[in-house]
Formats: sequence, C-alpha cells, structure tokens
Amino acid sequence: MIKLNDFSIGYGSRHLVEHADTAFPDGCLTALIGRNGAGKSTLLRALAGLNDRYSGEILIDERTLASMPRPDIARSLAFVTTERTRIARLRCADVVAAGRAPYTNWIGRMTDTDREAVASALKAVGMEAYADRTMDRMSDGECQRIMIARALAQATPVLLLDEPTSFLDMPNRYELCSLLSRLAHEEGKCIIFSTHELDIALRMCDSIALIDEPSLHCLPPASMIESGHIQRLFHTAAPDFDILRFLH
Amino acid sequence: MSAHHRTAILFTVLLLLSAALFCLDLAVGSVAIPLRDVWAALTGGECPKATSKIVLDIRLIKAVVAVMAGAALSVSGLQMQTLFRNPLAGPYVLGISSGASLGVALMVLAGVSLPLGIAGAAWVGSALILVLIAAVGHRIKDIMVILILGMMFSSGVSAVVQILQYLSREEALKAFVIWTMGSLGDVTAGKLYILVPAVLTGLILAVVTVKPLNLLLFGEEYAVTMGLNVKKSRTLLFASTTLLAGTVTAFCGPIGFIGLAMPHVTRMLFADSDHRVLVPATILTGAVVMLVCDIVSKLFVLPVNAITALLGIPIVVWIVLRNK
Repeated sequence: MIKLNDFSIGYGSRHLVEHADTAFPDGCLTALIGRNGAGKSTLLRALAGLNDRYSGEILIDERTLASMPRPDIARSLAFVTTERTRIARLRCADVVAAGRAPYTNWIGRMTDTDREAVASALKAVGMEAYADRTMDRMSDGECQRIMIARALAQATPVLLLDEPTSFLDMPNRYELCSLLSRLAHEEGKCIIFSTHELDIALRMCDSIALIDEPSLHCLPPASMIESGHIQRLFHTAAPDFDILRFLH
Repeated sequence: MSAHHRTAILFTVLLLLSAALFCLDLAVGSVAIPLRDVWAALTGGECPKATSKIVLDIRLIKAVVAVMAGAALSVSGLQMQTLFRNPLAGPYVLGISSGASLGVALMVLAGVSLPLGIAGAAWVGSALILVLIAAVGHRIKDIMVILILGMMFSSGVSAVVQILQYLSREEALKAFVIWTMGSLGDVTAGKLYILVPAVLTGLILAVVTVKPLNLLLFGEEYAVTMGLNVKKSRTLLFASTTLLAGTVTAFCGPIGFIGLAMPHVTRMLFADSDHRVLVPATILTGAVVMLVCDIVSKLFVLPVNAITALLGIPIVVWIVLRNK
C-alpha cells in the first residue's frame, strides 16, 4: 500500500499536486490520468524513489520512502518506465532475471527460487516461448511485456508503470490491462499505471487518480464520471466533442 | 550446441590461444630464438646465457606488459560502453587517455622520471576527465554530447600539451615525444612493480562490479529501481577504469582502439551481453589481440600504436555502419 501524507510536488515554479492526502490500497488497480504535462510521470517517478524534490511524505507499507535504503525499495516496488529498452544480445530470460537483483548475491547467482520467479513472470505476460530469444528482433509490444515480466520477477507488493499501453495496439492494451487487473486482484498487488486511454481506465480499473492541478482526485470510476472532473479537464474547444459520449 | 557449451569452448580456446601467443611473443624479435630455447630459458634449462637474458629480461617483461595492457584497455572500454550506454565509448574516445597524457606530460616535461610520480599523475589526469564527463553526462543524457565532449577534452588537452612541449627543454621533449608513440617495451622491471599490481587491482574491481554493470545495461534509472546504489557503483567503476586505462597510458603511451573495439568483438564472439561472461572474456580477447599486435609490430619493426589503429579502425567503422 502506498500512502501520501500532505504530499506536494512540482517543477520550477509550477505546483502539479499540492497537499494531497490519499492512499493506494493493496489489491487495487489504479489508473493515473491527467492532461499532457499534468505531471503523471513526475508523480510516478517520485513514488518510485527516482525524484525526491517533493514535500510531505510517501509511505510504502507504513515505511517512509525517503528513509528506505535502495535495496529495500527494490524489494517493495518495481517500476516500468516509458523508455524503450532493447538490450542487444541478452536473452529475454536474462532480462527478466535482472529483476531478481535485489535478492541475488554480489555476482547475481540465481537460485532455484529465482529461476522459478523468472519462469512464472514470463508465463504471466504470456512470453514463455521468448525466454531464449533476444530483444533486438522483437516488436515494441513484445519488449514492453518482457520489461513488465522483469518488474514482476522483482516480486514486489507495489508495481508502478508509466504509460505501459503506449506501444500496444488495441487488443494488446486490453490484454495488458486485464493482466494488471488480475495481478492486483489475485496477488493483492498495489498497481498504479499512468495512461492516456480514458476508456480503458474507466472500464477496467478499480480506482482513478486524476491530476487536476493542483489537486489529486482519487475516486472509483463511476464516482469519477459523476464528479464531472473528467468532463471539465478533457473539455475541448470543438463544440460537438463530448468526452463521455466519445467514450461510450 | 547450447549457449553454455559455446561459452565454455570459447573460453578454453582463448586461454590456449593466449598461452600460445605469449610463447610466440617470447620467440619473435630482432633475434630469432627457437621455442625450445625460450622454454629452456623460462624453466631454467640449458641455453646460451645471452638468450636467457633476452628472454627473461626483455621479452618476458614486454609480453607481460602486452597481456596487462590488452586486458586493461579492453575491460576499461567495456566498462565505459556499459556505464555511458554508448557503443563508441572507450578510454581513448572519451578522453580518459588524454587526461592521463596531460598528467604524464606535466611530469615528463618537468623532468620527473620517477615511475610512481608518472603513474600518479596519469591516474589523477584520467580520473579528472572521468568526473568531468560524468558530471556533464548527468545533466545531458544525449550520448552524442558525451562523445563530442570527450573529443573536445582530448583536443583541449592536446593543445595544452603542445604548449608545454613548446616551452620545455630539449631532452624532456624528446622523452615525451617517444612516449606519445606508444610502446610496450619501455617498461622496466621496476615499473612492472607498479603496473602489475595497479592493473590487477583494476581488474579485481571490474570483477566485483559485474552485477552493477549488468543492471546498468538497463540505464541508471532502472538500475536504481532494481536496488543498485548508483553512486557507489559508479565510484568503483571510475576507480577501476582510472587504474586500468591510466596506468597503461602512463607506462605504454596512448594506445588507441583496443579499448573501443575489443568489447564489441567479444560480445559478438560470445553472443552475450552478460558481464559475468564479458569481463573475463574481454580480459582474454584483449590480451590475445595485444599479443598479436606486439608480434606484428616486432616482425615489421613498427610502433604498436599504428598496429592497434590499423586493426581497430575497421572494427569501429563496422560498428558505426551497423548502428545506422
């Protein structure tokens, strides 16, 4: 579980989120939405411990993120960035095995537990057949899944993903979201992912976190639609564009 | 044939090859010595006194220096390529060798010939360039910027060295110019006592940092989220590269292209990017290629610098073209 206490973050003179108090519980899939430049990545990176220019507190399972040593953070949360990662001449199994780094010894020796974690992570994203292939001849979507498998192999209670659906086509987006939803519900993980796909967010997630500068609204999808925040934020100048009708 | 088998076979072949080349390097030179006599000189058997002197006092030291230089420069190149996530990084390209050169120039042109003084100056020089590149690279993520800065540092250092040369006395100047040509043969037994421990320490640090290097393949941010202490790892890697590239540059002069080319050759040969394989493998391929360069340079009486460049440039061109 991730908790924010009086959390504020911004860059330069901009305050993206101010005095937020909210919690992302275990077993819950949360979509983080907001307009371009609203600070979705900034917020996720702060949660992942990659950006410490915030005020207030981030608590991960009751521990303050800022006071946790790196290896402890790595055992608590895994992160998938937007960066296209393609490592030449490295087998997918080895890429996923890197996620075991917080558990292996100084030279990274794999135990049976580690190998099992790698195999089940590959299976979870449906990429068992790719274990011995290298990323240089795979599609963006396939590489993305391997990077997600790597995060799963990290076996953390919290999983953060920055726009995981952006390289994927429609069927793959739905498939990825149902995978995330399954992981949240069956394994009790706390999963937060940022996305621009409002339809997916509203249909498939348990909770929506909306950055509405400088507030952070966290509501279940139905209440989020009722609140009118989405209609207001995603309003365009085009007179006949109705975001909700567009979604349905 | 499984990947595991292939790796084991390659390691065996490389080990045998480096042993064979090492012996050949002892046999080749201005005086041809039969391998039988080389063996006798090494094992204390019967052979002419002059032969034993040539083999033990000159060629053995030079061959050891070749192995050390090849391994050190190649591993340093591997570390830089992974750390900066840049296929064209290497001690020479990034200006680390130039930093060392500046240190050496200051020492030699000031008339200091103490080996430890020269090595120390080279370490300080290369460490300074590394820290500078890392500081800039931290702000600017663009790999081209880092490469261009490396080239600028090198040019800047060369200009400073030229000024120093212009102002310095004749004997000191001559000593420095000879050093810049690069040679494996200027290392005396006394210098070997600094070179070998320094390079071995650098290599041990390289082995200790294989796990960080594997995580750094994903970039610094991913490495951090997988629990890596980036600051500590980077410091260890910098210390290692400073010892490896700095020491070799101090005693053998600036030797280009080995550090840039050998990691690529090794990755291709082993079809792997795992540093648990790559670090020991580049040690061997680096040693093998440097021994070959030394043998060739002795056969045709050419400076070793020229040979490494002629051998390395086609590989670099190939990398650039393949990346397009």
